[in-house]
Amino acid sequence: MRNIFLFIRRYANLLFFLLLQGFSIYLIVHYNRYQNAVFSNTTNQLTGKVDEQYSKIKSYFFLRKTNDSLVKENAKLLNLLKADYLIPDSGSIAKMDTVLVDSVKQFRRYSYMPATVISSTVSTQSNYIVLNRGAVQQFKKGMGVVDINNAAVGIITDVSDDYAVVMSLLHKDSHIDGKLLKGGETGTLTWEGDVPNIISIKGISRSSKVVKGDTIITSGNSTTFPKGMMVGYVTEVIPEKSKNNFLIRFKTAADFHSLQYVYVIDNKQQEAINQLLEKAKQQNK
Amino acid sequence: MNSLLKNIIRFVLLILVQVYVLDQIHLHKMVTPYLYFIFILWLPFNMNRSMQLLVAFALGFTLDSFRHNPGFHAAACVLIAYVRPFMINLLIPQEGADGNYDEPSIKSMGGLLPYFIYVAVLTLIHNAWLFLLEAWQFGNIWYFLVKTLLSAAISLLLIIITELLFVRKQKFRTNTV
Repeated sequence: MRNIFLFIRRYANLLFFLLLQGFSIYLIVHYNRYQNAVFSNTTNQLTGKVDEQYSKIKSYFFLRKTNDSLVKENAKLLNLLKADYLIPDSGSIAKMDTVLVDSVKQFRRYSYMPATVISSTVSTQSNYIVLNRGAVQQFKKGMGVVDINNAAVGIITDVSDDYAVVMSLLHKDSHIDGKLLKGGETGTLTWEGDVPNIISIKGISRSSKVVKGDTIITSGNSTTFPKGMMVGYVTEVIPEKSKNNFLIRFKTAADFHSLQYVYVIDNKQQEAINQLLEKAKQQNK
Repeated sequence: MNSLLKNIIRFVLLILVQVYVLDQIHLHKMVTPYLYFIFILWLPFNMNRSMQLLVAFALGFTLDSFRHNPGFHAAACVLIAYVRPFMINLLIPQEGADGNYDEPSIKSMGGLLPYFIYVAVLTLIHNAWLFLLEAWQFGNIWYFLVKTLLSAAISLLLIIITELLFVRKQKFRTNTV
């Protein structure tokens, strides 16, 4: 017994060092998975406050750029104004209505909620973006995030009351489906972890005619992004060895270095779809 | 100035500079310069060793909290805090010389060369351990070797600049008075 105490006393520093080192590695292993983007809400709230102050100052330097993109966005929206379209005069025709479904009424499927980026990284292997809004503003896990020009940015992985953390496309675990605008083939987007703004897409067969400069859009196969959101432009097409596939590299449409404002996409039918999926899973058991 | 107060101010300033200035720099989109761990290099000689480890862990953990990637910097900081006393014992010119000054510097380490070796070795260890942990998760060892060397070189340059800009005045202490 005495020897054990002597041993502990003699190697106290080494043991303490090993303890702290082990704890750090436990943190790395435990909290760097997809589900646990943020390790606790408290640190998130604290660092979020500091980040927010800094972001307020920083946003002054990008006012001109932001203005430009807002003007562009405005022009786009103005083009969609109802006043720009004529509605055919159908009031004078009397007809027996046999359709029971109201075919004129439209259902909203996606709605967009604006948010400000308060911190973002591009240099590590697992890059996250923090937004200034959270659960209070109805942000939820799994919502898609696009930048002001409707280019895909990432998916929300965690929310606290006032902040949301987004796993950007530049994350080794990010697997979003993409699609070639021209051919329509779909593949999975993966980031190789070295160059920001360059992502590769795998699983596109050699029979497709891909050339440099082709556009890649979101596939719409998942519920997070609507179909046709911009993702990027092809820069490189490499045939994969011993496979019938191309490895395609492309430049992202969103500039991750200067993200300022983003829109979060809320899929109104998400819950209904999830319930159906749950049901199907249970039946398969 | 009180040593405790001085170190608290250093802690806050270095974290802020690292998060809001240096983390925004990406040289060739590959290397991010790290300066914040100079806090550990500058800790006083007479500090308790387990206290050094704890302070180093707190420093790394704070930076990790800002980057939403817990563990990486905490591990690297704890490692250099553990190695630090051995380096000082090896490099200090004579027995008991570390009692004459408060903290490691060119003057207290007895010349430019020992101090430079002290800084360079710890910087290299810090960067290597940091990128090794990342590589272990990610693969591609060559990329991370190059990254480590470049990053360590840039960090070293930054530390030299910091030393030149902020001259630390150190009093010579003797116990003969």
